[in-house]
Amino acid sequence: MDTELLLKVAVSAGKVMTVLLVLSGSVAYLVLLERKVIAFMQSRLGPRRVGPSGLLQPIADGLKLFLKEDLVPAKADKWVFTLAPVVVIIPAFAAFAVVPFSGESFDVFGLTITPWITDINIGVLYILGISSLGVFGIIMAGWASNSKYPLLGSLRSAAQLISYEVPLGLSIIGVLMIAGTASMVGIVEAQRETGWWFFVPQFVGLFIFFVSGMAETNRAPFDLPEAETELVAGFHTEYSGMKFSFFFLAEYANMILVGCVATTLFMGGWMRPFPSVEALAWLNFLDFVHPFWSGFFWFAAKLFLVIFAFLWIRATFPRYRYDQLMHLGWKVLLPLSIVNVLVTAVVMLLMNSGSSA
Amino acid sequence: MTVNEPASTLDTDIMEVNMGPQHPSTHGVLRLKLKIDGETVVGCEPIIGYLHRGTEKLCESLSYPMVEPITDRLDYVCAMSENLGYMGAVEKLCGISVPERADFVRVIMVELNRIASHLLWLGTHALDIGAMTVFLYCFREREMILDLFEEFCGARLTYNAFRIGGLLEDLPPGWTGRCRQFLKVYPACQKEYEDLLTKNRIWLKRTKGIGVISGEEAVEIGLTGPSLRGSGVGYDVRKAHPYSVYKRFEFDVPTGENGDTYDRYLVRMEEMRQSLRIIEQALDTLPEGPIRAKVPNWLKPLKGEVYHSVESPRGEQGFYIVSDGTDKPYRMRFRGPSFANLQALPQLCVGHLVADVVALIGTLDIVLGDVDR
Repeated sequence: MDTELLLKVAVSAGKVMTVLLVLSGSVAYLVLLERKVIAFMQSRLGPRRVGPSGLLQPIADGLKLFLKEDLVPAKADKWVFTLAPVVVIIPAFAAFAVVPFSGESFDVFGLTITPWITDINIGVLYILGISSLGVFGIIMAGWASNSKYPLLGSLRSAAQLISYEVPLGLSIIGVLMIAGTASMVGIVEAQRETGWWFFVPQFVGLFIFFVSGMAETNRAPFDLPEAETELVAGFHTEYSGMKFSFFFLAEYANMILVGCVATTLFMGGWMRPFPSVEALAWLNFLDFVHPFWSGFFWFAAKLFLVIFAFLWIRATFPRYRYDQLMHLGWKVLLPLSIVNVLVTAVVMLLMNSGSSA
Repeated sequence: MTVNEPASTLDTDIMEVNMGPQHPSTHGVLRLKLKIDGETVVGCEPIIGYLHRGTEKLCESLSYPMVEPITDRLDYVCAMSENLGYMGAVEKLCGISVPERADFVRVIMVELNRIASHLLWLGTHALDIGAMTVFLYCFREREMILDLFEEFCGARLTYNAFRIGGLLEDLPPGWTGRCRQFLKVYPACQKEYEDLLTKNRIWLKRTKGIGVISGEEAVEIGLTGPSLRGSGVGYDVRKAHPYSVYKRFEFDVPTGENGDTYDRYLVRMEEMRQSLRIIEQALDTLPEGPIRAKVPNWLKPLKGEVYHSVESPRGEQGFYIVSDGTDKPYRMRFRGPSFANLQALPQLCVGHLVADVVALIGTLDIVLGDVDR
């Protein structure tokens, strides 16, 4: 067998495993972060019993969920019921395959290892496509539960996800037009070349992306599918144990994904602030370990910002109503994103004709 | 036109959904049988009785002083008002006049309890609509009031604080100072809730024009309290039939205009401010003196009947007692505001979405202990 191919497969498998593990850990600790941050905003303390100031809480939660009895309602459709959480969680994790976590590759035993699993030239489309598969799982869950509240929740969710997919996709178009590529790595490089991160020319795009992203991930104030005060727990009302935790993990993984995409597309990905200003080179202070870590640090820092905004908003706003949500999606965000695309196109056209003349 | 109209060819079924008795937003054990078409409510039937304890019948076998702890358990969110109403009824029946100081302390307690009750309402109402932080802020301040109550009577929820003819104990030393401290801190806290809600666009969208009820309809159904005043009818038992020493205090009765959920919200917010005003005046003019009139331990009222009502945070709380001359009431009847207010729910719900139902349960501010008795 070709050793080179074997090595390539091994490296890819290793990267996939690493991303999976790190992601699962981040998801678990994101839950803790959310509880802590929101607790802080609500003048409480949050979890602090397990481990030093609650740091081991995610492990305890995971163990608890793992050991819980796995109930399947008697009248549920067993196969679909079991399959649904799987269908939800696989796309949520698979979408991370194209996210560039840092800019610098590093060499191990003569092999160059890139800090992303793969860089395909349709990376953005891949993410949009994969992440919209999750809605099937949600519909399956609601239908298979054979119960009214999950059904209502899953229908709400399906309508919501499909509606917000449209402005979400359109909000990215502006970025793609400026960058001229749909590769995630290419977009970051394009931001280095143009000199500004794309949230400057595309602030409307970022806003639409952020709002639709919040709706896509069922975060407050768009958390209607699982509005606990209305629908008990929405589509996963009947789920327990590991199956429930799959939904839970998928939701938070999706949140991280939206954060990653926002970071990459609008906020310069792994680059430090003002990457062209030499005087600020010390910002890459982790270079002494490896340039990889500097990039990763800045990526994580920006990701944290986005996620913090998510949490902040959750602690502040009441929940939208179903019809108001649809109204916002179709009558406000969609026209706004189309206008944004048009304006971007016109401005680019004018600038190009100006430079060529 | 020969254009196919898909909406008319699609058959939709009415789905029946049970909301409660174990549902996070029915505030107790209320069960609603909702008939929904998609997400639109076309019918709503409240089913009550899950908390029925036969209180009225129970009272017939208890002597008059023994009934008071039972009144605590009617509307457990504002037990002080229940206590005051029952005391007032018995005192009217027996012709007992209460010392001034006791009356003042009672008013202070009842008004503090009104704030605590409205805080609980605001917190849960906001939580139902999805504003989670307000809930915890409200409980933070409610805690301060409950601490004051605990210091006064030892209990935090079922106070059993008053006695026929006055009070059991005077205010503990230093209590008025701590109460003033609360009065000083509280307005800033209320501003915090209002900052989060009053002009919040989502909050406005969720509450404006939701559950509109006109003044006449509200009177017909028998709504009282803030739910009635939100529709513009300024009926407040404290002003209409003054009891205790309310005549001596200056306060306004806020009313709404549109009779929607938002107006009822504003009315309750303003009521909390008015309660602060009353407490402040009561503390300023708190007289010295005895706290309890001479009342025989074995109370035997003359034959007769009496109706006495007070303004609880939820509305008119009435007590009707028939005495046959023995030491036990012959018949006891409680007029709970929650029960009457709940009657408006089916009318309010129809035509709104499922998500609004929880907002409407919240805006009526029912307590199931008071509905079922």
